Amino acid sequence: MGLIVEAIITGLLTGGVYALMASGLTLVFGVMDIINIGQGALVILGAYLSYVLEQNLHIDLFVGLLITMPFMFVLGVLIELLFIRPIRRDRTMFSILVTFGVALIIEGVLNLIFSADYVQLHAWYITASFPVAGFYLSYIYVFGFLLAVVLLGVLYLLLYRTKFGHSLRATMQNRTAAELVGIDVERVSAITFGIGVALAAAGGMAFGATTSFNANSAYDLISRLLAIIIFGGMGSLQGALIASLGMLVIEDVTSVVWSPVWASTVFFILLVVILLIRPQGLLGQVGGRKQ
Amino acid sequence: MIGRYASRPRTFMSTIGVFIVTLFVLSACGGGTTSTSPTPTSQPQGPIKIGISLSLSGDFSADGKAFQQGYQLWADTVNKNGGLLGRQVKLDIVSDASSTTQVVTNYQKLITVNHDDLILGPFSTLLTKPASVVANRYGYAMIEGAGGGPSVFTQGLHNLFDVSPPVANLVVSFTQYILSLPASQRPTTAAYATQNDPFTQPQVDTARQLLEQGGVKTVSYQVYPSETTDFTPIAQKMIAAKAQVVVTGTLLPDITAFIQAFKQQHYNPQALIATAGPDQGSQFTKAIGGAPAAEGIFVPNGGWYPTINTFQNAQMVQNYLAAYGGTADGISSDVAEGYAVGQVLVQAVNKIHSIDNAKLIAELHSGDTFQSVQGDVKFNDQGENILASGYLFQWQKGSLVSVYPANQATNPPEFPKPNWP
Repeated sequence: MGLIVEAIITGLLTGGVYALMASGLTLVFGVMDIINIGQGALVILGAYLSYVLEQNLHIDLFVGLLITMPFMFVLGVLIELLFIRPIRRDRTMFSILVTFGVALIIEGVLNLIFSADYVQLHAWYITASFPVAGFYLSYIYVFGFLLAVVLLGVLYLLLYRTKFGHSLRATMQNRTAAELVGIDVERVSAITFGIGVALAAAGGMAFGATTSFNANSAYDLISRLLAIIIFGGMGSLQGALIASLGMLVIEDVTSVVWSPVWASTVFFILLVVILLIRPQGLLGQVGGRKQ
Repeated sequence: MIGRYASRPRTFMSTIGVFIVTLFVLSACGGGTTSTSPTPTSQPQGPIKIGISLSLSGDFSADGKAFQQGYQLWADTVNKNGGLLGRQVKLDIVSDASSTTQVVTNYQKLITVNHDDLILGPFSTLLTKPASVVANRYGYAMIEGAGGGPSVFTQGLHNLFDVSPPVANLVVSFTQYILSLPASQRPTTAAYATQNDPFTQPQVDTARQLLEQGGVKTVSYQVYPSETTDFTPIAQKMIAAKAQVVVTGTLLPDITAFIQAFKQQHYNPQALIATAGPDQGSQFTKAIGGAPAAEGIFVPNGGWYPTINTFQNAQMVQNYLAAYGGTADGISSDVAEGYAVGQVLVQAVNKIHSIDNAKLIAELHSGDTFQSVQGDVKFNDQGENILASGYLFQWQKGSLVSVYPANQATNPPEFPKPNWP
């Protein structure tokens, strides 16, 4: 029983970090109708940026986010301007190819700079832990979860309490109508993409603190992130959060109760069942956005 | 009549002439296919092209790139010494992204499109299996150094040769050591966790079987998919089992995650062994937070370490450091495996004075012994190296040292493992 409780707690905490990574992906889809296959590579890029700051300037991983997140925001805006905006038709289809190309470029550059050697982030709170309910809980999982709560909270306030948020949500609901009422949809898109990439920086730091990684670690990540946003409903932030927590808890509990081999299988069976009942995912809109 | 008889000799002569010409043509053709004389050196000859598919991206990229260094180092050395049969060696390396389908496409292309003279093996048992089938289809010999899983040798192929020790036997020395401990010290429980990979799982299963036979009870056994990114629940189960011995079938990312979880949970088994990861030198120690954290961790060794006194090893280490820098301790064993593959190829080709693949396969099956940086090499009918044996290595005071069997040990084993720093 203790093992199951432990699995549920660590599943929830790890799920928070995955929510951080997936929220950027689902936000970008909601606003721009594009599937950013490069999100996994951007998460790994974020992890490497934290690694550089930690190794060379001895900057704490969380403090380093004050540098890496703005940097990644600007990078995201540039990617949107250079690669996404020129796509004028079949955006969803072409975006998959274009963002896959972006992912390959990022992977190639990272391989060139850092080689294929695995690295891991280091800080006192990564290996330190404290006792709770008969087992030890690592500080990094708690801190990572708190980071996710704070950033997703800020994102929520941005979406629902600011003028930009109104513009963004209007664009999510109906891009054409938003343009008609005077919203600069292209500006909103660029900023949204930048926010999505900035969130990848934070997610990358938390990922790199719990797992050793190299440039190729993006492949395993992106498949899980896509599963999360499909489960939660494409374009739904709340859905991504629930799906992330649900996925990790289901997998962790299955792993300790049954076998790690079945951990992903059980989640995907549940995903198929949910999609049969609700093809739009847990909190996705029926029929997608109206254009 | 005269006319009739007069025409006979002409017809006869014509028939004889056609017969002679036919014989001459057949003789010429046959000579082209069966002659065993070496090619005259006066003819202009290009380099010998050797096709290799390596995992330069994807899950095996760290090992794939180290293997590339080993192959390249060998090719550079051969070329510096005058080449192979007097011809320069040119490596035709393509990336398979650690994919079992891409590796098939790659070898198909290397053989049928690039028309490479020879091929060498990819990284990992997982990729060697499908790759060797393609090579066999076209009659190419495939010498390799990282496809030692049992399933590779049960395919019934005649063209496959692994210069490294058979994988399943690599952890035997660890189990022998554990079972050789006095009864009062000998652990009684063990936990196992392995990727579902044909390289790692057979090793862990062999260890489990031998330890159980020796009276060590299995308290946890887990197999997990190789694409797993969250290793926490797997580690939790091992920790909850409170096993005295932990045997993991891992590569670098998963053993790093396990060690991190063990440290977080203040769990320190008496003995910890990983099939791979701790053999990655400084890459491993950096990932787990420094050399002190590695103290006491075991890893099976495929028969090579930087200071081993084997054929041309000192030269290889020297050349590696000159080409890539770093320290000898930081050289991955993948480098030696790739280099050893090349060494066996050179010796076999020099013995037959040919790069004909059929002759090469026959020579490798002849029972001859070859020398390599990993030790002596001799192949059985399945292509396994029957002279190779794995040693047991352990991290001690910042270095990976040989600890078992005693006749190969530089230091005695450290047992039980000291606590995490």
